[in-house]
Amino acid sequence: MAVAEAEQGALPVVPWLKQDDEGPYLEGHRCGNCGAVYLGERDNCSSCGARSGISPEKLTTRGTLYSYSIVHRSFPGVEVPYVSAIVDLEGGGTIKGNLIDVEPDPAKLVFDMPVEVVFRDALGRKDNEGNAYVSYFFKPI
Amino acid sequence: MSDVYVLGVDMIRFGRFPDKTVPQLGAQAALMALDDAGVSLPDMQALYCGNLGQASGMVGQRILQEIGQTGIPVVNTANACATGATAFREGWMSIKAGVYDIVLTVGVEQMGKGLLGGGGGGTGISKEGLLGSGTMPSVFAEAGMEHARQYGTTFEQFAKVSVKNHHHSTLNPKAMYQIETPLEEVMNSEMISYPNTKLMCSVNVDGAAAAVLVSEKKAHELGLDRAVKIRASVLTSDPYQERDLVMPDVNTLTRRAASQAYEMAGVGPDEIDLVELHDCFATAEILHYENLGLCGDGEAGRMIDDGDVALGGKIPVNVSGGLLSKGHPLGATGIANIYEVCTHLRGEADKRQVEGARLGLTHVIGLGSACGIHILEKAA
Repeated sequence: MAVAEAEQGALPVVPWLKQDDEGPYLEGHRCGNCGAVYLGERDNCSSCGARSGISPEKLTTRGTLYSYSIVHRSFPGVEVPYVSAIVDLEGGGTIKGNLIDVEPDPAKLVFDMPVEVVFRDALGRKDNEGNAYVSYFFKPI
Repeated sequence: MSDVYVLGVDMIRFGRFPDKTVPQLGAQAALMALDDAGVSLPDMQALYCGNLGQASGMVGQRILQEIGQTGIPVVNTANACATGATAFREGWMSIKAGVYDIVLTVGVEQMGKGLLGGGGGGTGISKEGLLGSGTMPSVFAEAGMEHARQYGTTFEQFAKVSVKNHHHSTLNPKAMYQIETPLEEVMNSEMISYPNTKLMCSVNVDGAAAAVLVSEKKAHELGLDRAVKIRASVLTSDPYQERDLVMPDVNTLTRRAASQAYEMAGVGPDEIDLVELHDCFATAEILHYENLGLCGDGEAGRMIDDGDVALGGKIPVNVSGGLLSKGHPLGATGIANIYEVCTHLRGEADKRQVEGARLGLTHVIGLGSACGIHILEKAA
């Protein structure tokens, strides 16, 4: 289940984070010819070279942990440590994001552990015009 | 097509030179390589110059403005960390094509300190630490953890790469650092992005390296005594992979480049006597033992445990100290690696000499991605 806990009117952190009546979701674009899944709209497929037939679809909110790093040194103002995770989504698509609600300890991070995609405020970050943003995160199931 | 030879090659000692300009550092290496070849700038028919930080700044022309504006064609290349190797390869190709008989190639870089990557840019808010990390230590940590998931590679095995390369650099007077770092020190140094600690990240330094390339005819004319034959020169980009969008794949393009290079040279990995590979992070070096065919898939951890890749081992890797300790001036790295291998093939590597070295391989990866591989052979 996607959980929306972001401010009303918040902007999407990436253009492929969309919103409909059921709440926020991530949008993939799948090549009808070879099945490659992209994040964001595109005209051509870089896997098979198809020039058409790339259609939007809702990405699922369940996935598994493919790889990760635990970030201890980042840029000023970024809270550390945190887990940077690569997640393979059920049904296709691989996305990268912060894995939350888990200790940033290699002993607690198991490859292929199931995670869900949740939507929340973008850690309080605002742009120059003061707009709030909604982002996605991973949570262990 | 003519064979192509390295007639002269050299590098400045890597370090931090805030009082010098990029063209000044490049000029210094260029003159050293010309002297090593026993030729002078007016003999050069073209200059191929690699630099990343000032990619739009006509660095090659500015080097000639330092040491001699002879009016020759200059090509400036930028290809991330494969920048220097790309410049070298353009020079190789021009001779291979029969256009020139003698050319100069230079790689040069001046670096700031601190984390590379993850800057993001664009509109909106910073994504660093929000959508994972785009910093280089983290990106290469994730590539290393992919190996860990497949083969159970441990933090300690990754750390041993740094112990080895730092040890090698104590024998290299041109390395940024000449300091032993025992395993405990590597593992306990500041954690940057697990499993990469600070001592498992390459050093940001300023540096420059240069090589004079000649045709076979010219090599015979000028003397083959110290010449090194280029047996293979290969460049690849990254083929599509399903996780490309979020996880750069440094493996597939290296494997392709390696198999093309071995085929071009007509040799197998078992015939290579030493390798300088792209250890931008300790995690990366482990992957490339397998990618370059130095061992079978899943055997990289054993390679580092058994000392096979240390000086004196079966196939010494990064005896220069590698990017981890010699330093990694992005645009210079590709030619500095070639300098290292040539020095061994010439039998001039002093304390770190790989005895009897006849064939050597250099490898660089520019993220984004470009992979350059050269196989070099002792000529005389």
